[in-house]
Amino acid sequence: MIAIVKYNAGNIGSVTNALNRLGVDNIVTDDPKELQAADKVIFPGVGEASTAMKYLKERGLDKVIKELTQPVLGICLGMQLMCTYSEEGSTDCLGIFDTIVKKFPDNPTLKVPHMGWNNIASEPSNGSSSPLLKNIDSQDDVYYVHSYYAVPNEDSLAVCNYINPFASMMNKGNFYATQFHPEKSAQVGEQLLTNFLNL
Amino acid sequence: MQNNMLKKRIIPCLDIKDGRTVKGINFVGLRDAGDPVELAKQYALQGADELCFLDITATIEKRETLVPLVKEIASVLNIPFTVGGGINDVKLAKEIIKAGADKIAVNSAAVKRPELINELAQELGSQCVVVAVDTKLIEVDNTDKSTNKVFIGGGRFETDKETITWCKECETRGAGEILLTSMNHDGTKNGFALEITDVLSRELNIPIIASGGGGNTQHFVDLFSKTHASAGLAASIFHFGELPVPDLKNQLNEAGVAVRI
Repeated sequence: MIAIVKYNAGNIGSVTNALNRLGVDNIVTDDPKELQAADKVIFPGVGEASTAMKYLKERGLDKVIKELTQPVLGICLGMQLMCTYSEEGSTDCLGIFDTIVKKFPDNPTLKVPHMGWNNIASEPSNGSSSPLLKNIDSQDDVYYVHSYYAVPNEDSLAVCNYINPFASMMNKGNFYATQFHPEKSAQVGEQLLTNFLNL
Repeated sequence: MQNNMLKKRIIPCLDIKDGRTVKGINFVGLRDAGDPVELAKQYALQGADELCFLDITATIEKRETLVPLVKEIASVLNIPFTVGGGINDVKLAKEIIKAGADKIAVNSAAVKRPELINELAQELGSQCVVVAVDTKLIEVDNTDKSTNKVFIGGGRFETDKETITWCKECETRGAGEILLTSMNHDGTKNGFALEITDVLSRELNIPIIASGGGGNTQHFVDLFSKTHASAGLAASIFHFGELPVPDLKNQLNEAGVAVRI
C-alpha cells in the first residue's frame, strides 16, 4: 500500500491518478498510523510553503514525515518542504535535506515560474547511479512548474539550470525527492514512479 | 552549463462541443473530430507537451457539464492539460482543478469582470490561471490605421479593449499565461500572427501561447525564431493527421528549435 500525504496541497489527485494508471493500491491520508504502516509514502505538493507547513504542524505531520523509515518521495513543494528553510513566507521546513529554498531572481529573458519541459539534469555527467534513475537518461525532459528552487548540495541527485543551478532530484537515506512532476512527465515520469515503487 | 534548455511546447487544442471535439474554420463550420478522451491518450503517446480543452459553446450556453469529462481525461492523461469554456466563477474553476485539470482558461468572463483573474490567482495560484484572448486586427474608422482589439463570446463580439493593454492588465491581475488567438489567422493555416505575438512575448513576463494559423512546420519555426512565444497551439492540423505531432517535433528539432523529443 502506498500512502499519499493528505494536506492542503493542490495536485494530490494527479498523483492518485498516476498510481492508479500503474495499477498500484494507494490511499490519501493524514493519519499518522496509516502513513507509518504504508510500504512507501508520497509527499506531493503544489501550493505555498508557509501555509503548507502550518497545516502539517497543526496535525503533527511534520514530525511524522521526518521520522518515516520506509522510502518517501517528495514532489515539487513536497521536496522544498523537506529542506531546512524556504524564502517563500520565510518558512522553517522539515530539515531532511540540508539546504535552503530560494526564489528565482528576476531575469530579463527567462520567465518565472520555470514552467514546462526541461532536462532532469543539464549536464550529461550529472547522471546518477541512483535506482530512482534506472532506465532513465538524466537528460530526459520532465515537467516543471516552480518559482522557488532548492540550492544544490551533497544530497542532490541531479542539478538542472534555469537562471540558476537548482536541485532537480534529491536523496538522503530513505528520502527521495523531485522538483519536477513525475505524475505529469509522460513515460519518463511513469518510469521514475515505477523505479520508486520498486525501491 | 547551458542556462536555458526549457523546451518550446506544442499544444494540440481540442475544441469541445457536446462532449465531442470539433474544429471550426474562423469559428464557424464545425466538423466532428472525435472522442476527446481517445484523442487525449493518442496525443500524449505522440509526444504532445500539453493539451488544451476548450468548450466553445460555453459562453452562450451556460454549461457546467465539463467536470465529469475532466475527471475522465485526468484519469488517462500523463501530461498537463488546461480546460476552458464557460468558466465564470471561482467555484467552477476549483471544481475543474479538483477534477484533475492543471490549469483553467478564462476568456469572456474575465473581460466582463476582470477581478475574476485576481480571485482565481488568489484561490488557485497564478500557475493555474490562463487568460485566453481572442484578438483581431481591425481598421480604425476613417483612418488608414489598424489596431488589435479583444473579441469575446467565441469571437462574435468586439470589445473596447486594445489587446496588448488588456494582456498587460491580465498579467498584473495574476494571470499565469496568455493564450493568444489571432482571429485573422485562425483556420487559415497561413502562419501565426508573428507581429503581435512578438510584441506581447517581449513586453510580458508570463508565457505566451500562440494560437491561430499554424499550418506547417515552417510556421512553427517562424513562431519560435521570430517571437519569444513559449508554446504553439493548433487543432485541425493535428486532429486530421495533416501534421502529426512527432513529425512536427522532429522537424523543429532539426531546424534548431529546442523541443522535447
